[in-house]
Amino acid sequence: MGEAGKVMIEAVEDRGEDYSGDFLAEVEARVEEGEWVTMCTQCGVCSGSCPLGPDWEHPPHRIFQLIRANRRDEVLGSPSVWMCTSCHACVVRCPRGVPVAHVMHGLAHYAVRRGLAPADPPTRRLAERFWENVVRTGRVNEPRLALSLLFANGLAEGVRRTLRSRDAGLGLLKAGRMSRLAAVAGDGVKDPAELRAILEKARAIELAKAAALED
Amino acid sequence: MSDVVATTRTILVVGGGISGTTAALEAAEAGADVLLLEKDASLGGRVSQLSRHYPTLGPPACGLEIDLRRLGASRRLRVLTLAEVVRIDGQPGDYTATVRLRPRYVNERCTACGDCARAVEAEFPDEHDCGLGTRRGAYLPFPMAYPQRYVLDPRILGTPDAERAKAACKVGAVDLEMGEREARVKAGAVIWATGWRPYDAAKIEPYGYGRVPDVVSSLEFERLADPLGPTGGRLLRPSDGREAHRVAFVLCAGSCDKNHLRHCSRVCCAAALKQAACVTGRLGDEADVTLYYVDIRVTDFLEDFYRKVRSDPRVKFVRSKVAQMTRDVASASPVLHGVATDGGQRYAHAHDLVVLAVGMEPGVPEDALPSRLVTHAGGFVAPDPANGAIFAAGCAAEPLDVGRSIQHATAAALRALQVVRRVGGAEG
Ligand SMILES: Cc1cc2nc3c(=O)[nH]c(=O)nc-3n(C[C@H](O)[C@H](O)[C@H](O)COP(=O)(O)OP(=O)(O)OC[C@H]3O[C@@H](n4cnc5c(N)ncnc54)[C@H](O)[C@@H]3O)c2cc1C
Ligand code: SF4
Ligand code: SF4
Ligand code: SF4
Ligand code: SF4
Repeated sequence: MGEAGKVMIEAVEDRGEDYSGDFLAEVEARVEEGEWVTMCTQCGVCSGSCPLGPDWEHPPHRIFQLIRANRRDEVLGSPSVWMCTSCHACVVRCPRGVPVAHVMHGLAHYAVRRGLAPADPPTRRLAERFWENVVRTGRVNEPRLALSLLFANGLAEGVRRTLRSRDAGLGLLKAGRMSRLAAVAGDGVKDPAELRAILEKARAIELAKAAALED
Repeated sequence: MSDVVATTRTILVVGGGISGTTAALEAAEAGADVLLLEKDASLGGRVSQLSRHYPTLGPPACGLEIDLRRLGASRRLRVLTLAEVVRIDGQPGDYTATVRLRPRYVNERCTACGDCARAVEAEFPDEHDCGLGTRRGAYLPFPMAYPQRYVLDPRILGTPDAERAKAACKVGAVDLEMGEREARVKAGAVIWATGWRPYDAAKIEPYGYGRVPDVVSSLEFERLADPLGPTGGRLLRPSDGREAHRVAFVLCAGSCDKNHLRHCSRVCCAAALKQAACVTGRLGDEADVTLYYVDIRVTDFLEDFYRKVRSDPRVKFVRSKVAQMTRDVASASPVLHGVATDGGQRYAHAHDLVVLAVGMEPGVPEDALPSRLVTHAGGFVAPDPANGAIFAAGCAAEPLDVGRSIQHATAAALRALQVVRRVGGAEG
């Protein structure tokens, strides 16, 4: 081993870090789409193309880097994997065909399964409210969804937040993207019971998939 | 063409780049009858467009010059230019190639005096300069062209320019009656040396090639850097003609990428290092070069060259696949965006000139190959027994630099020699 190699190993030991663990193997075995991690060449084009990239602590290529560096807590506790909006800019550009967005969601899901997900990333709350909202009638009720998010932390903060977001809201109204009536009436699909049956089935499939990854 | 006699003992070499020329010379010097066909008006291929040459950094003309001297000395080798092979039928020992012969409108009496070019008025984009400059409607493809014979652009036929060219020629070399013809030639073995084409950079949509003039391909850079090129070797930006100082090289532009070419084009890393050294050599301390790379894939002896360029403070290495090119509102300069994965920084760097190290595609696309041939993904012709005695040489087989193309072509010549020797033996 050359001088340079020795110096590097000493530096790692000094920082007390251990890169030799098997978090990568864990991700490959247990995380949906986790087997893609080793296909990543660290080119960075996913992070460079991600519209939210500048606001994340760990843009996607960094997540892949941290997995290989065995930083389990940092990855599973990262709010970043919750920030992905599934815009797929990364997926279409990745030169290696890595389904980056799916890996992000796989990691978020796995973090929940392990109880390591950050307590309250804003997008997690959005996802949950969105879900509750849409399964009820089969249609997203945007005003209700917005209100439930704005008032999630009580009345006083809700009013403050609503005032802050008022320009965006008015813009949506003007563009015809949000109906005023929907807040009270709202429509739904013809047969919500059937929709719920479909969703129940999908949920069972997803749970079975997750269970298989735990075997 | 009527004077060309080819038999089943002839080796047909298709493509007159460095690979085809080498294979033809090696086979002819070993005693075979060789016919070399080149679709353009001159031999030389892509190497004739290079300004300098790694690993020596000398002008590539030296190598060509030696080959041309060997050509002159070889009696068993015949060369036809403006001859494109479009179809090959038959089997080992007995092939028939269909050749499309385009008219030059200039016969062998031409002394390359250039009077016709001066007489003609029409100008066209110069293919040899990737369209970065223009040439006359009567022209010599480039100064070192072989044969040293002018060409009339077919677009001036039927215009007063054609008559002007004819009138200007004192030796009666201009022949406006020539027309396109098709010919068939026999051969015992074929060396397929049709080379490569640059990947169409406009397909890499976020990089703006074709929309923004100061984003050029690596082949266009070679023409800008060539003292005999359209700018006299000065790195003038196409947009405003200002000299470029801040020059970016974007590696893997279209290669190693499942959305474009999946293969590594193998020469573009070393070529980009060469081009970076060319900028620092030209501009001295005013050079401000940035090389964006994913991997540096240079092997064996080129490693030292890489280390040398890497240690030059005027050349910054950024490990990143560039995500996007935009234009600076005030200066209109191209700005490159991305994330550097060796440090994590997000960058937005303005440059005067952005050079895309485009990948290599086979010169003849897979669906235009002249017979059914086994290929690698991407259309490069594979060394497969099913291809009979059609042997690919050089970049028609895989991305190769000049040194390796020469080795590869020499090996192909040996394979072809074995086939025609067998044919000769059988015929007694
Ligand atoms: C930007 C860039 C810089 C480079 N710089 C260097 C360098 O510094 N050093 C180095 O070693 N290498 C360099 N290379 C690589 C070099 O260009 C190749 O190694 C070389 O061109 C290969 O020669 P070839 O004969 O195989 O193909 P080509 O040069 O492509 O020649 C093929 C010939 O076949 C002809 N042809 C095609 N189809 C037909 C047909 N159907 N019938 C008849 N003729 C046909 C073509 O007209 C052409 O003349 C560089 C490459 C690039 C992209
Ligand atoms: S784009 Fe693909 S290969 Fe590049 S860093 Fe992201 S995941 Fe890795
Ligand atoms: S899909 Fe997610 S990770 Fe990929 S670019 Fe969009 S937001 Fe970023
Ligand atoms: S064609 Fe005639 S005029 Fe033109 S270069 Fe040749 S000899 Fe000169
Ligand atoms: S040689 Fe270098 S620039 Fe070219 S495709 Fe391979 S890695 Fe990319």
